[in-house]
Amino acid sequence: MKKIFSRPKSLKTTPFHYCPGCGHSIIHRLIGEVIDEMNLQEKIIGVPPAGCAVLAYNYFDIDMGEASHGRAAAVATGLKRAVPDRVVFTYQGDGDMAAIGTAESIHAAARGENITTIFVNNGVYGMTGGQMAPTTILGQNTTTSPRGRKEKVEGFPINLSEMLAIAPGSSYIERTAVNTPANILKTKKAIAKAFRLQIQGYGFTLVEVLSACPTNWKMDPLKASKWIDEVMASHFPLGVLKDTPGDKKDAH
Amino acid sequence: MRGNHVVGEAAIRAGCRYYFGYPITPQNEIPEYMSEKLPEAEGGVFIQAESEIASIHMVIGASMAGGRVMTSSSGPGISLKQEGISFLCALELPAVIVNMSRGGPGLGNIAPSQSDYFQATRGGGHGDYRTIVFGPNSCQELADLTYEGFNLADKYRTPVLILGDGMLGQMMEPVELPQEIPLKKLPAKDWALTGAKGRPSRFIRSLILDPIKEEEHNWKLMRKYEKIIREEVKWETYFADDAKMMVIAFGIAARIAKGAIKRLREEGVKVGLLRPITLWPFPFKAIKDFSKKVKHFFVFEMNMGQMVEDVKLGIEGNAEVHFYGRPGGVILTPLEIARVISSQYYQKRLG
Amino acid sequence: MLIKTIFSGFGGQGVIMMGYLLATAGMVEGKNVTCLPSYGAEVRGGTANCTVVVSSEEIASPVASEPEYAVLMNNPSLIRFQNQVQSGGTIFLNSSLIEDRPIRGDLEIYEIPLNDLTKQLPENRGANVIMVGAFIKKSGLVSPETMIRVLKNTFGGKNPAVFKLNKSALMLGYEYLK
Repeated sequence: MKKIFSRPKSLKTTPFHYCPGCGHSIIHRLIGEVIDEMNLQEKIIGVPPAGCAVLAYNYFDIDMGEASHGRAAAVATGLKRAVPDRVVFTYQGDGDMAAIGTAESIHAAARGENITTIFVNNGVYGMTGGQMAPTTILGQNTTTSPRGRKEKVEGFPINLSEMLAIAPGSSYIERTAVNTPANILKTKKAIAKAFRLQIQGYGFTLVEVLSACPTNWKMDPLKASKWIDEVMASHFPLGVLKDTPGDKKDAH
Repeated sequence: MRGNHVVGEAAIRAGCRYYFGYPITPQNEIPEYMSEKLPEAEGGVFIQAESEIASIHMVIGASMAGGRVMTSSSGPGISLKQEGISFLCALELPAVIVNMSRGGPGLGNIAPSQSDYFQATRGGGHGDYRTIVFGPNSCQELADLTYEGFNLADKYRTPVLILGDGMLGQMMEPVELPQEIPLKKLPAKDWALTGAKGRPSRFIRSLILDPIKEEEHNWKLMRKYEKIIREEVKWETYFADDAKMMVIAFGIAARIAKGAIKRLREEGVKVGLLRPITLWPFPFKAIKDFSKKVKHFFVFEMNMGQMVEDVKLGIEGNAEVHFYGRPGGVILTPLEIARVISSQYYQKRLG
Repeated sequence: MLIKTIFSGFGGQGVIMMGYLLATAGMVEGKNVTCLPSYGAEVRGGTANCTVVVSSEEIASPVASEPEYAVLMNNPSLIRFQNQVQSGGTIFLNSSLIEDRPIRGDLEIYEIPLNDLTKQLPENRGANVIMVGAFIKKSGLVSPETMIRVLKNTFGGKNPAVFKLNKSALMLGYEYLK
C-alpha cells in the first residue's frame, strides 16, 4: 500500500502537548514539512522562545538552542554570524517578539540579519495564563484586561510586522494564518519562501502567523478559527507586507 | 600597550573570533580594537549591538555555534548583561566577559572603582550559579588571564569574568603577548549547534520543568564548581614570610598597596601582601593558613568593603581584620595607604 | 632607580602623548615602565594628566605619591601638582601660558616659552614635543637617539613630514636648555 501521509522526518515522534485547536502544532508541522522538502534537516538551527513553544526542541529533530524571553533575534544573530552557511530561524510569540524583544527584533531586521523569524501571533500570553499581549486587539478580554482592552487605558496594540517592513534590512515579510486549509497552505509556502530567500542571502525574512488560542480566548476551536477571519484579521490584515526580491514564482 | 587594547589582542590570539558589545566608558577601546582587528581574522565578526542585553545574547548564539566569543562593558552595562550571564551558566556555554568597572552605584562616574566585586563574585543574575572571576593587576596579567580565560571557559563550559577597572583599561605597560592559537588546534566541541549532519540532533536549553531533573542539573553545575574550586584558585604573596600584618587587596588596589608595602619595608615595618588573582574561586584556604601565624589583616579595596567579607570567611575568626576603603573612583596614592597601614601597625603594637 | 613623572595640562595640549613617548622610550631602553593617563568625559579642553614611572626594577604602583618630575603645561596644573613634587624634585613649566611661579624653594624650575619656540617650526605646532626635548635633556631619563626612534615609530608610518616636524621640535627643546 502506498503511504500518502506521514510525519515529517524533521519532527520527533513526541506527541504535541499543545491545547486542542492551538495553532502551534500546525505551524510546527508546516516547518517540519518545509525542512524535509528543502532537505534542510542537516543544516538548519532553530531558536525557540520563552512561551508555549519553549518546548519546541522536544518536537523538532534538528539542532535547537533556547533563547531567553525576547532575545531570540540576538541569539540567532550570534549563531548565524558564527555559522553563516547554515539556515537559522527563530520561533517567537507575540509577547516575545513585540513586547520584551522589540529592540532585538527591530535591530535584527534593521541590520538585515540573514535569518528567518516565524512570528506566531495569538494576541495573548498563552503559557502564563492568557494575559494581555502587545497584539491584544481593542476590546479583547484577557486576564489583565478583564474589561476589554481600551486605548485610553491599556493603549493600542502594535503591528510589528508593518514596522519591520519599513526597515531597509528586511527583504520579505508576510502575514498569514493557520485557521483554514487554504491559509495553512499559504503559510507553508511563505515559510518555504522565507527559508529560500535566506539561503539566497536576501537578509531578514519574517512570516507572521495568526494563530488561535482557544483556551485563553475562551472559545471552542471552530469559533476561534472564525474569530481570526472576522475580527483579528481586520486589525492584522493578511498578505505580503514586503517582498524586495519580488519573485513571482511564489506569488499566491 | 594600553590595557583595553591588550585585552582585545590577547582575546584574538586566544582564538576569539566573535565580539558583540555596546559603547560605555571606560572600556571603549576594546570594541574599537575588535572592530579594527576582527574583520582581518578569518571568520571574524564584530557587531555593535543595540543594547547590552542584545550583545550578551549574541554571545550566547555564537557560543552555541562553538565559537570563542567575548563581550566587554563597565558596571552599568554588566548589570544589563546579568540575564545572559545566568543563561550562559545554565546552558553551560563558554564565553569571556570583561568588566572595566567604574564608580557606582547608578551611573556613578567613569573613574576606576572596585565596587562591582559582589556583582562579579556573587553573580547579579538569578539562580544558583558561579562564574570564574579573574582580578588582574597589570597589563601583563590582562593579557595572560584573558588568554587563559578562553581556555578555562571552554574547559569547564562556563563564562569567565575579567574584573578590571577604568585605570587598568587606560594604563599602558609593556606586555609580552601570548602565542596565537591556530583555530584548528582548539579541541572540538561535541555539543555545539552546527546543523544535525551525520549525527543525532542536539538541543541546548535551560528550561527543565521537572524539579528532580532541574535539581540534578543544579548538582551537575555544583560538581563542576567544586572542581573549579579545587583546581583553579590563584593568588600571590609579596613580602609575606616574616609579615606581622598581612594586607589583602586585589586588582589595581593591590598594585597601590605593593607600592605602600615597599615604602613601609624600607622603614622596617613588617607588612606583607596576599593578592587573590581569582576572586572566584577565592583563596579561602591560603588566607586561613596565614591566619594561623599572622594575627592582623588589613584589607584595602577601592569600595566600601566587599572582598573583606570573603577575607573574614577565610580567617574564620582566627585573626583581627581591619578595613580601609575609598569608594567612588578615588585613586589614592601609595603614600596615603602606607600611612593608614603603619598607623594600624603601631596601634596594634606590632613594631 | 625608580623615577616618577607627572605630565599635566589642558586636554588637546598633547599631554597623554608626552607620557606615551617617555614610557615607550623607556621601554625601548629596556627599563620597566608604566604609563597611567587620566581620562575624562570630555575630549577637548578638560584637564588631562599622565603619570609615567621609569624604573630599573619591577614597578609596584603605577600611581605616584611624590613624583621626582612634574611637566606642567598650564596654570591649573601648576596649582594642582606643585606641592606633590618631592623635595629636591624638578618642575618644567610652559612659561608662555603659566604666569605664576612655584612658591616652594626646594625645587629646580625650568621655564620653557613653548609658544615662542613653536614659531620657529612650520605651522606653529609641536609644543608638547619641544617640552619632551627639554625634559629629557635635564632628566636624562632616556637618550635623544632613543626618543627620535620612538618618534619615527609613532609618527613616521603615516606621514614622514609629521615625523620630521616632531624631530625638529624635539631637538629645539633639547637645545633650548643649556
